[in-house]
Amino acid sequence: MVMWRALVQRELQLLGRQKADWLNPLVFFLLVLSLFPLGIGPEPGMLKQIAPGLVWIAALLSVLLSAERLFKDDYRYGVIEQLVARRQGLFSYVTAKICCHWLSTGVPLVLVSPLIAVLLGLDWQSWQVLLVTLLLGTPVLSLLSVLGAALTMAADKGGILQALIILPLYIPLLIFASGAMEAAATALPYTGQLAVLVAFLLFALALVPLAVRQALRMNVG
Amino acid sequence: MSIILAAEALSCVRQDRVLFENLSFQLSAGQVLYIQGKNGAGKSSLLRLLAGLTLPEDGRILFRGKPLSEQAEVFAEHLLFIGHHSGIHPQLTALQNLAFWAAISEQAVADPYQLLGSLGLAGLEDIPCFMLSAGQQRRVSLARLWFSSQLLWILDEPFTSLDQQLIAKLEQHFLQHLAKGGVIVLTSHQHLAAEYPALQAIELEYRW
Repeated sequence: MVMWRALVQRELQLLGRQKADWLNPLVFFLLVLSLFPLGIGPEPGMLKQIAPGLVWIAALLSVLLSAERLFKDDYRYGVIEQLVARRQGLFSYVTAKICCHWLSTGVPLVLVSPLIAVLLGLDWQSWQVLLVTLLLGTPVLSLLSVLGAALTMAADKGGILQALIILPLYIPLLIFASGAMEAAATALPYTGQLAVLVAFLLFALALVPLAVRQALRMNVG
Repeated sequence: MSIILAAEALSCVRQDRVLFENLSFQLSAGQVLYIQGKNGAGKSSLLRLLAGLTLPEDGRILFRGKPLSEQAEVFAEHLLFIGHHSGIHPQLTALQNLAFWAAISEQAVADPYQLLGSLGLAGLEDIPCFMLSAGQQRRVSLARLWFSSQLLWILDEPFTSLDQQLIAKLEQHFLQHLAKGGVIVLTSHQHLAAEYPALQAIELEYRW
């Protein structure tokens, strides 16, 4: 536990020094969403109708954007090689990375969701559902992007490769998250979709950290 | 004396090139293995094999008489590996890098300022490492050797970009570690200056 706290602290120090790593995705998210009303026209009915898909596509792309450099530096400077040789700390390192990635990209999206609701003309009820889907969905986004980053860290230009690996895995999430919001907008029950999101989250939480650790070992070996 | 690390008929192949084959040695407590060879001869590959990062093409590595593959966790517990890259994140300060490696090896550094000061880094503890010179970064990386309690050190070119004074200090520290029954495996292009009680040297040939 002491080790884990020290590793989280290190990640936070790195985020503090490399602010672009978490500010860029957030700015990208807001920019994309603020362009849509300009491009499509400000009719509230239209915006409200496409809002679920819109928010989630923007969230997917912005998280993807943030993940590319996640392991690059640590790989290049030999940190990962030495961690793999050390064995013990590797799993803590992976979980600390995942937690801090969510803190730095998922949580800001959750925090700006009221602003998004205003931009897209969502009512109180729809905003609540948006908030719940973001809370459940962004950790899954983080988990999957960390996995993508771990698999492609040794590749020179890993960005596109990572998108190709990870985007298909995002699709179920996109369908159920925006499905929940659409159902809520038409006053249908949406707990089913939320339950699927919870299942995704638990499944990813259980398996992805192990897969990431294995991917790191594989890339070093 | 008990044998700590042994290699039996090791072979290593990289990109269809045989780097070395049928390489054997035995290291007991207090011994140094000094690996020499031209660039590309396979020194780093040998160290990575010994650190358990890659698997040999043929042969096996024994730690205290048992194959590595059977006791990877135990071996890793006793290993301190500093590879070709320093393991220092340039965006973090010397203190932060030190704290990270201390946490990973679950050891507390009693006085990090004093330690960094003794390595000639006084006053540079709080600035990001990318502002330090290559030699100073190497010092931050090697600072681990002063608070780690691992038995076996595997060091890839530890003397690179260090000045004479620090090399002497480092070799003095090596001798202390050996006196305590430790084992060191290292590569270097320069000759070891200190007198080691039990030094084994391996020269790797560059092969086509």
